[in-house]
Amino acid sequence: MTGADTDTAALHLARFAALGGEAGGARARAMRRFEALGLPSQRIEAWHYTGLNALSKAALAPFDGTKTASSADDSMLGARLGAGPRLVFADGRLRAELSDLSGLPAGVRLLGLADARAREPSLVENRLDAEDEARAMRALNAAFAADGAVLVLPAGVRLDRPVQFIHFAAASGAAFHLRHLVVAGEGSAATVVETYFGAPRSASWTNAVTELELGRGATLRHVKWQDEAALAFHTASTHARLAGGARFESFVLHSGARLARNEIDATLADPGASCRLLGVTLAREKQHIDNTTVIDHAAPGCTSKEHYRGVLDGEARGVFQGRIVVRPQAQKTAAHQLIEHLLLSERAEASAKPELEIHADDVKCGHGATAGALDEQALFYLRARGIGLERARAMLVEGFVAALVDEVEDEGVRARLSSVVADWLAQAADERLAV
Amino acid sequence: MSTSVETVQELTKTYKHGFVTDIESERAPKGLDEDTVRFISKKKDEPAWLLEWRLKAFRHWRDRMLPEAEPSWARVRFPAIDFQNAYYYSAPKQKNAPNSLDEVDPELLKTYAKLGIPLREQERLQGIAVDAVFDSVSVATTYKGKLKEMGIIFCSFSEAVREHPELIRTYLGSVVPAADNFYAALNSAVFSDGSFVFVPKGVRCPMELSTYFRINAAETGQFERTLIIADKGSHVSYLEGCTAPMRDENQLHAAVVELVALDDAQIKYSTVQNWYPGDAQGKGGIYNFVTKRGACRGVNSKISWTQVETGSAITWKYPSCILQGDNSVGEFYSVAVTNNYQQADTGTKMIHIGKNTRSTIVSKGISAGHGQNTYRGLVRVSPKAEGARNHTQCDSLLIGDLCGAHTVPYIEVKNRTAKVEHEATTSKIGEDQLFYCRQRGLSAEDAVSMIVNGFCKEVFKELPMEFAVEARKLLSVSLEGSVG
Repeated sequence: MTGADTDTAALHLARFAALGGEAGGARARAMRRFEALGLPSQRIEAWHYTGLNALSKAALAPFDGTKTASSADDSMLGARLGAGPRLVFADGRLRAELSDLSGLPAGVRLLGLADARAREPSLVENRLDAEDEARAMRALNAAFAADGAVLVLPAGVRLDRPVQFIHFAAASGAAFHLRHLVVAGEGSAATVVETYFGAPRSASWTNAVTELELGRGATLRHVKWQDEAALAFHTASTHARLAGGARFESFVLHSGARLARNEIDATLADPGASCRLLGVTLAREKQHIDNTTVIDHAAPGCTSKEHYRGVLDGEARGVFQGRIVVRPQAQKTAAHQLIEHLLLSERAEASAKPELEIHADDVKCGHGATAGALDEQALFYLRARGIGLERARAMLVEGFVAALVDEVEDEGVRARLSSVVADWLAQAADERLAV
Repeated sequence: MSTSVETVQELTKTYKHGFVTDIESERAPKGLDEDTVRFISKKKDEPAWLLEWRLKAFRHWRDRMLPEAEPSWARVRFPAIDFQNAYYYSAPKQKNAPNSLDEVDPELLKTYAKLGIPLREQERLQGIAVDAVFDSVSVATTYKGKLKEMGIIFCSFSEAVREHPELIRTYLGSVVPAADNFYAALNSAVFSDGSFVFVPKGVRCPMELSTYFRINAAETGQFERTLIIADKGSHVSYLEGCTAPMRDENQLHAAVVELVALDDAQIKYSTVQNWYPGDAQGKGGIYNFVTKRGACRGVNSKISWTQVETGSAITWKYPSCILQGDNSVGEFYSVAVTNNYQQADTGTKMIHIGKNTRSTIVSKGISAGHGQNTYRGLVRVSPKAEGARNHTQCDSLLIGDLCGAHTVPYIEVKNRTAKVEHEATTSKIGEDQLFYCRQRGLSAEDAVSMIVNGFCKEVFKELPMEFAVEARKLLSVSLEGSVG
């Protein structure tokens, strides 16, 4: 924190004070928590590799709703909306006319958080108040979050099409605090795709919190694509809580933002729950991408698998911090974690901190981490077969990333992610040739 | 196999080094302020520059570090230390400095004999040169004469300050700066003695050099400082062992070890740390907060750390290598055991700066009882470290369901030609392994001992022979009572 009254934290405090009586008890408590913590500094172990000076100095105030998306923004937004059920948000507010709620099975609720709070508070009550005392970003979100997506699946319902939560940042110099909630009833199944992007020159900050509640035997596939504008900041915290036998599959693709940090906390609360966390980072220029995860094995007989791969070009920095906690009662746990970073340029940097914290003895836990350049021999093999250097590099990187993208269950989503990867590589090759 | 059973019987399930030697000692007044620092410096007859150096460290510690409290990132829990409630200097009373072992207080010699290091016998039989540090001062260094012929300096730190001030002035604090961290700064202010080694150009030290540390007096902290310099093309192997009496209060041991390896030099540093770990309820024991760092300054130099950590209530220790010279090599082999309520947060740092530098980390953590064992290690590849290589292997073994085993590696790669690999596993002793052994007539304890020794083999093979035997014995004693 700079301490100046024009930094991002100070602007948030000032705005909250100006709101005065509007803010309820829970928001005020959250604000006090944030005030005590401030924006996380690198002296905090969990933020060791990610500094927020630039975010602090960018002086971003909570969005006040004065400027809304222009027609140019709308056409850009419209071009990226796929088919199927979706909730679309622009500058932190639901855009009902762009959303599509049709074709959902009976009993499934899909609506905006502001609507839910106003009309059906029972849907979200007691589900958004659980707070982590030590997390400043969550506290700030709790103080300001006005809208977000709410999806409630009754027991046994299985959605055959993915549900999309889309956020578009049009305004510049503002901060958006979104809060999403997914409640998957017993034995239900769904795929949720969260997408974040923005107008090209938008220097904004999106700070999202996603709460996922998985009932007994529920399956939730959560895909997140972070493709924010080049000057934007993105921080997000997803918390999945799994009941017995539930299955959580997460996939995170980063291709945008100047600085992004995605936190995932998965709590395996009852026996037989399992989760799989996959992630791909594509970063170039001076991008800083941080993936921080905690998998909490709180019950016996749960399994977790985690595999992240990062491709770093230019002066990009990739950070991965992953903690696996095995509590004393969590016997028969199987947990595995693998982090791999590929450095494409001389000035790219990779930092990894895969962490095991084990308090039970009958467990199988392991982790691995690697970092390095493209395999010279593989490059040679391809070039010897008449493939140009750039093409050969792209093929190898594509292979490196595709191994994880191919694990995404939904065919349409998988195809979309593959094309993002292909576009990114094509652009990287163009830049290299242009130099 | 049967030897470990014998050892267990022989040691009758207690910490065998827990006796107190009744010997008169001279202490600094209780507490810590600038006068304490002056007192120690005066006692040691130090030159003014060294006193200044100490005071600078002390002021930095008092003004910049103490207000922010001790570092809290390590996974160890202990009540705040009252730094004023301790003696910072305690020396066995002795009229004049001993010229030979004949003049050393016989009580002291008996103490070391009890510890299994009869200085005289060692001098004659084993051919290991020993420097013994009792509380705060070095009491005897054996084999000095023979080493001197080869130009090797092996003496107490105080003596080195008197006899070789130019070397001390050049190298003191050059690897671990006075203000490096909380405990290093404290040590820089109040260190009382330690060992000094200088191996001249091209000399291969013909014997293992060894230091034995012992805390005897109550309410004292031990702050020793070791400095080892291996000049171009030289080679030295250094052993270090430690013990302390059993007391209910916790005692602080905050040492600093600095190693410097110039071109083509090699230093091998082995530690068997067996400070009093506290009783089975976690009462008492030593806080072992140590800063150890080696600088591979020259090309093709090599520093190798091997440690067996079985003692101490709390261990906080990261022997590190700064790989500055091209083609230099850093190694870290560690076995850390925590039983009862012991806590260990230990590991290494490998800082790759030079081209084609290589490092290897092998860490074996064993947790039993309520023990908490953390591996914390950093591998950093700087932008200029072309072709750097690291391989890290961390294995944890859990014995019982109340203990914890944690792995916290930090991997920072800033050069794409680097190859960095980290692997870690956690497991328990398999029922099938135990069953197999017991079927063949081994008792449960023997079977566990055998399996654990196998688990640690990669590290034990790096230890010099004398230490390897001791390490095996210690391991079986440390794990006593952990198998039902």
